[in-house]
Amino acid sequence: MIKFFLMVNKQGQTRLSRYYEHVEINKRTMLEAEVIKNCLSRSKDECSFIEYKDFKLVYRQYAALFIVVGIDQTENEMAVYELIHNFVEVLDKYFSRVVSETLNLLCNIFSLSKLW
Amino acid sequence: MPAVSKGDGMRGLAVFISDIRNCKSKEAEIKRINKELANIRSKFKGDKALDGYSKKKYVCKLLFIFLLGHDIDFGHMEAVNLLSSNRYTEKQIGYLFISVLVNSNSELIRLINNAIKNDLASRNPTFMGLALHCIANVGSREMAEAFAGEIPKILVAGDTMDSVKQSAALCLLRLYRTSPDLVPMGDWTSRVVHLLNDQHLGVVTAATSLITTLAQKNPEEFKTSVSLAVSRLSRIVTSASTDLQDYTYYFVPAPWLSVKLLRLLQCYPPPEDPAVRGRLTECLETILNKAQEPPKSKKVQHSNAKNAVLFEAISLIIHHDSEPNLLVRACNQLGQFLQHRETNLRYLALESMCTLASSEFSHEAVKTHIETVINALKTERDVSVRQRAVDLLYAMCDRSNAQQIVAEMLNYLETADYSIREEIVLKVAILAEKYAVDYTWYVDTILNLIRIAGDYVSEEVWYRVIQIVINRDDVQGYAAKTVFEALQAPACHENLVKVGGYILGEFGNLIAGDPRSSPLIQFNLLHSKFHLCSVPTRALLLSTYIKFVNLFPEIKTTIQDVLRSDSQLKNADVELQQRAVEYLRLSTIASTDILATVLEEMPPFPERESSILAKLKKKKGPGTVTDLEEIKKERSSDMNGSAEPASVNASAVSTPSPSADLLGLGAAPVTNSAPPPSSSGSLLVDVFSDSASAVAPLAPGSDDNFASPDLASSEVVSEEPADTVHDADELFHKFVCKNNGVLFENQLLQIGLKSEFRQNLGRMFIFYGNKTSTQFLNFTPTVICSDDLQSSLNLQTKPVDPTVDGGAQVQQVVNIECVSDFMEAPILNIQFRYGGTFQNLSVKLPITLNKFFQPTEMSSQDFFQRWKQLSNPKQEVQNIFKAKHPMDAEITKAKIIGFGSALLEEVDPNPANFVGAGIIHTKTTQIGCLLRLEPNLQAQMYRLTLRTSKEAVSQRLCELLSEQF
Repeated sequence: MIKFFLMVNKQGQTRLSRYYEHVEINKRTMLEAEVIKNCLSRSKDECSFIEYKDFKLVYRQYAALFIVVGIDQTENEMAVYELIHNFVEVLDKYFSRVVSETLNLLCNIFSLSKLW
Repeated sequence: MPAVSKGDGMRGLAVFISDIRNCKSKEAEIKRINKELANIRSKFKGDKALDGYSKKKYVCKLLFIFLLGHDIDFGHMEAVNLLSSNRYTEKQIGYLFISVLVNSNSELIRLINNAIKNDLASRNPTFMGLALHCIANVGSREMAEAFAGEIPKILVAGDTMDSVKQSAALCLLRLYRTSPDLVPMGDWTSRVVHLLNDQHLGVVTAATSLITTLAQKNPEEFKTSVSLAVSRLSRIVTSASTDLQDYTYYFVPAPWLSVKLLRLLQCYPPPEDPAVRGRLTECLETILNKAQEPPKSKKVQHSNAKNAVLFEAISLIIHHDSEPNLLVRACNQLGQFLQHRETNLRYLALESMCTLASSEFSHEAVKTHIETVINALKTERDVSVRQRAVDLLYAMCDRSNAQQIVAEMLNYLETADYSIREEIVLKVAILAEKYAVDYTWYVDTILNLIRIAGDYVSEEVWYRVIQIVINRDDVQGYAAKTVFEALQAPACHENLVKVGGYILGEFGNLIAGDPRSSPLIQFNLLHSKFHLCSVPTRALLLSTYIKFVNLFPEIKTTIQDVLRSDSQLKNADVELQQRAVEYLRLSTIASTDILATVLEEMPPFPERESSILAKLKKKKGPGTVTDLEEIKKERSSDMNGSAEPASVNASAVSTPSPSADLLGLGAAPVTNSAPPPSSSGSLLVDVFSDSASAVAPLAPGSDDNFASPDLASSEVVSEEPADTVHDADELFHKFVCKNNGVLFENQLLQIGLKSEFRQNLGRMFIFYGNKTSTQFLNFTPTVICSDDLQSSLNLQTKPVDPTVDGGAQVQQVVNIECVSDFMEAPILNIQFRYGGTFQNLSVKLPITLNKFFQPTEMSSQDFFQRWKQLSNPKQEVQNIFKAKHPMDAEITKAKIIGFGSALLEEVDPNPANFVGAGIIHTKTTQIGCLLRLEPNLQAQMYRLTLRTSKEAVSQRLCELLSEQF
């Protein structure tokens, strides 16, 4: 099961977060900070799965943007890893004028897009 | 959904957002926002009625302000109004506002719920979708209360559009996760299962997620999903890459749906229907075959999606654990991944292989990859991959490769990441103990551990090495010699000093013959470390010194000098000071005999589960790796502990409460005043600790034992003809689930029992009460074991006083050791003279196999895994019988607990059933037992199933327990 979905930039700012399990607001901030710290410190040689507390993080980096998904132990890591890519492709299609280098920007638009 | 911001863009909003973006300072931003808020407030309050568009625009602005982090305290009403608009964009903004700023304001909730209800009933798929999304996004209990009954109807209605069905399934899933109690099961469940057959793959995907979650909690209700899932899966895996159109991802047909279906199947055992089973096996084979085919695309997305399905298929194969062929193929596939250039695949392969190692079918196949795994340990750059490699080595370890694996782990430990060192230390310690054929190897390994990673060697590890050395006399000399040599190193870890101090204190005499390790040299060596050590270690060393006084009288004066020095006698630490004072006194005034008694070698420790294993379990949670250990342990109990040379004799049991003091000083008259051991003194407290009950000192028999209500109230007088075996089965059976009570009573005599058991040892107090006013003469109770029984049960009794005065009671202690499993019960024969007549009677003594139970807690998953492993027909004994007592669940529970096994709640899918688990401890072996009791209230019958690794044990336990209900 997916517990949360985060988009975070290299500066550690959360651009989008979605929780599928209740987490208190102040705990979210802490969680997000730790999660991104974990991802940022990893090199390309390392695998995309991190064991973190009682769950796992699956992450992918697109330019300066990290997409991190928190999953429980029974979830299929590879399926989630590829789901992230699928999601990015969908975003790409949906916001056709946005090219992938500016995903960072896209993300802002995405969170606002609900408003228009 | 409409594309973003075209045509109907709200200009005012765009201007406002760009204004905010252009603000140079925080203050400017706040100023701009306040201006806007005032504007919106005046618009909302104004006389002129606002049209939908303006309302939408202003609500949008409020939402934007809220998302910037400012509080919004108005506008809710306007947002709720938007819900009833007929324009999509207005309704959408209304729902968005509600979802983000949900408010528990009761008035509004009523209005909101009303609007949602209208939309759900609107038959307009877009509106229904919005309403469902809102319910799911809020997902609160209130929402569940209001709509949990409604959504299933929408989900299974024949005329619902696909997109709405999809949303309804996910919405229901969300509500079920937050408030499962509010989602009523009913007719709809069977129809939901049929959504797996739906034409629309989106609906199938959503339904599969929902069904999987529901099936985990209610497996029976969703059993039919298995065959449907198999046929759906089969259609997907055999489809051509273009068949599924939108649901084909880089030439892989519906990868995520396949993963979900495979996960759904993991909620169930292998299908029983051979046709379904065959079809599933075919699917799994196809998936494995595809992994070998050349890729249809060079793109990494293609192989990732393919591998996602493959890994889930392997999980299912492991979960079923029934097809040796598939298991071995899975193992070979993972073996290929172990050398793949992608780190992700290597990581996942190691992880899956770890669970494969626990299957008896694939354990050997996993072992063939040992070199690759060891290589991974050495070369992987990623610590989490290395960690997986360690786990896998641990899982694949058995007697054949233990030396190699332990050596490699020790090697790795020198450079290992700090974060995983402690875990590796525990694993090495466990493997070394478990697979030690030669205990010198074990001692070497643990000392190496301490040398390499002393800081990470927890107390449990060095306690354990001491337990083992003390319990095995063949290794004591070697251990003494080795620690002595290890202590020679100029800088050695404090843990080594502890082990060294303890072992030399006990067995230093074994190496004292060698002039290079003469008593004085041993003492000086230890004392040279003394000042560098912490208080607990120093306390331990002081105990070693006093033990030396006993072992080596020739260095007594040297030791007394040390104890007498100011640094000891006036030490600021009370514990050290007290030890120095008491030991000095003890060595001065006690005679050699007393010293020899007080400072006698420690008796062997009672065997129990390794505390290290317990620690590792705690660290890892209930993981598959450690479970395997358990199972192996239960299957073959040829581990060191049970086949112990130094017998744990009855005197060890009767040692007064296992005090925390190394020397058992509580028993020594001189130091009787010793206060309870302080924390620093209780170095070995954990060695004794098993469970609270095991530590509880055996209450020595005293009069109040006899005052148990059971005994006092029993006034029943019955005529008993002399010289018969009182095979009063009822009374006997009464004791199967309890330990205290009245065993026998007639006009003359009452026999009461009080007993305690732990591991394979027990002690029973028998109280003989003379109910008459005349003396009993020549009173001789004897415990008789048949020849068969004698070899499996050791009983030691002390004779009692042959005269029992009128109205008095005498007590007899029976020390019990269970050597192996047994069937019969011993007989207690009592002969005495009463007023000139000779009385002779016999009763069965309720010492039954189940008394040597240790309860084992385990999760549902573990339980069934083990249950499956004991599926050999000889291991199972089943009995169906009529209830003899009212069928009360609470009483049944109490009886199962009294029987000695753990009562496992929430394990059996049927809550009316009872399941239990435990281990029977005998001296020679340990036998894991699982039991399941299924009551049938209507028929007033029970079905009892026992599975243990030994047929005779299953049989006996089943007999005993069947009599209880």
